[in-house]
Amino acid sequence: MTTLERNEKLIQLALLMIALSAISILAIITLFIFKEGMPIMFKYGVNKFLFGLDWYPTEQSFGLLPMIIGSLAVTAGSLIIGIPFGLACAIFLTEFSSLRLRQIIKPIIELLAGIPSVVYGFMGVIILVPFIREHLGGSGLSVLAASIILGIMILPTIISISIDSLQAVPRSYREGSIALGATKWQTTKMVTLPSAKSGIIASIILGMGRAIGETMAVIMIAGNAVSIPHSVLDPVRTLTSNIALEMGYASGEHRQALFATGVILFIIIMILNTIANATAAKQRTK
Amino acid sequence: MSIIEVNKLNLFYGNFQALKEITLRIEKQKITALIGPSGCGKSTFLRTLNRMNDLIDDVRISGSVKISGNDIYGSDVDLLALRKKVGMVFQRPNPFPLSIYDNVVYGLRVHGILDKKIMEQKLQWSLESVHLWDEVKDKLDQNALTLSGEQQQRLCIARLAVVEPEVLLMDEPCSALDPMSTAKIEDLMYELKKQYTIIIVTHNMQQAARVSEYTGYFLLGELVEFGETNQIFTSPKDSRTEDYLTGRFG
Ligand SMILES: Nc1ncnc2c1ncn2[C@@H]1O[C@H](COP(=O)(O)OP(=O)(O)OP(=O)(O)O)[C@@H](O)[C@H]1O
Ligand SMILES: [Mg+2]
Repeated sequence: MTTLERNEKLIQLALLMIALSAISILAIITLFIFKEGMPIMFKYGVNKFLFGLDWYPTEQSFGLLPMIIGSLAVTAGSLIIGIPFGLACAIFLTEFSSLRLRQIIKPIIELLAGIPSVVYGFMGVIILVPFIREHLGGSGLSVLAASIILGIMILPTIISISIDSLQAVPRSYREGSIALGATKWQTTKMVTLPSAKSGIIASIILGMGRAIGETMAVIMIAGNAVSIPHSVLDPVRTLTSNIALEMGYASGEHRQALFATGVILFIIIMILNTIANATAAKQRTK
Repeated sequence: MSIIEVNKLNLFYGNFQALKEITLRIEKQKITALIGPSGCGKSTFLRTLNRMNDLIDDVRISGSVKISGNDIYGSDVDLLALRKKVGMVFQRPNPFPLSIYDNVVYGLRVHGILDKKIMEQKLQWSLESVHLWDEVKDKLDQNALTLSGEQQQRLCIARLAVVEPEVLLMDEPCSALDPMSTAKIEDLMYELKKQYTIIIVTHNMQQAARVSEYTGYFLLGELVEFGETNQIFTSPKDSRTEDYLTGRFG
């Protein structure tokens, strides 16, 4: 074996070790959460956790349904706001604006992703919540407020990844369409967007992941009441908020129930990702 | 009868002049070949005829291009109608990553023809006219990118045919194809010429000699010589054309 080949082998080995240790750290964290959370779920029944309405963790009442619905509600709400705005922005910047404008705006948008979530939450408390309270009613701490702030928070993810995937669409597709007498918008709608679909779906999946996992901003503006919301103006508590709010003082079964909350969050994210990936794969083979 | 009249056409990319005082007439329902060394402005010229250069920033054009008597750089030109009338086949086959069906009917949809019956008639007619129907009729919903390069190029021609252009601009349509496929596309051009005026850019001298009735020789942005293919290939008037054709240049 020459020195060169030996070096190659060494580098391969080193990379393998690093990759394995990264993966095993993730695996250990996952295992730990499940180990801490599963026993109590089986002790009181998985159904009680999933469908129970009452959360009195010090009195053996561990219903997580309001929080599950809370998480799904604010995530869905953020997507309803984030997807149309994010896509419109990405389409405008790649297809209709000048290169100069795009080169200025894209880094700014990416910078927005770096703003700490507590700042977004603060803006929500100072501006959005009072606005909702005065103009729409309720306390203002609500599904609506959380959806809007989360919708804004996921914009950078959706915009920058969508821009990348729209830019990856070969120029020749656009030219082919324009040369047939199509307008720019027809070209975008009928050729460019379908070609970029899998990347755009990926951007939405990542945005969704960020929304469902967000904690700080949501705690500040969602109201955190443990009850199933009946309108977008009602307050909610999300699964992540539940863990963060109570972890500090929980002990015993209460602490285990918070790990169970984590397990359920984990499973929900897995299910959502699987659904999204499956749709993306289906679109690709079409 | 000439369908296209180009008069003193100049084109600048920024400060670089890519076309210089081009003047020529293209005959209706004939095949005109444009030849010349790389970078001499053939593609640029072709793209002025359907105004595809409009997509590039910082392009300036002077002179006039008349198609069927109308100045296509006039102020009241309907660009969409122009591009419908003057279709373009690109160097690399560029079917959309959609189904074969969606590719062919694309032009119809774009121009507001949504009737299923008309679509299906035109679909079959256009695919037959490029001899692709039998090969794809059972897999119309398959992605067009699964076809071979030559089939893709035929599909692109069929995609143009449905909007019934009068002129076909072909920018090195065979350069990505093997000799067998090239021969097939050339045969197709012969048939198409009954219906369309064809302008083809090619690097292949034999191809120009084989398929075209008229030939133009471009050099460094100038149209050095233009005339009947026979005459150009047997007794070129300009010594630069002769040098190029005999391989002493380029
Ligand atoms: N978008 C552009 N911006 C600036 N210069 C350009 C642009 N497109 C082409 N050019 C220049 O214009 C000249 C003519 O280019 P063109 O593509 O028309 O040549 P061509 O004859 O088609 O060459 P080829 O045989 O290699 O395809 C070249 O010097 C090229 O560098
Ligand atoms: Mg060219």
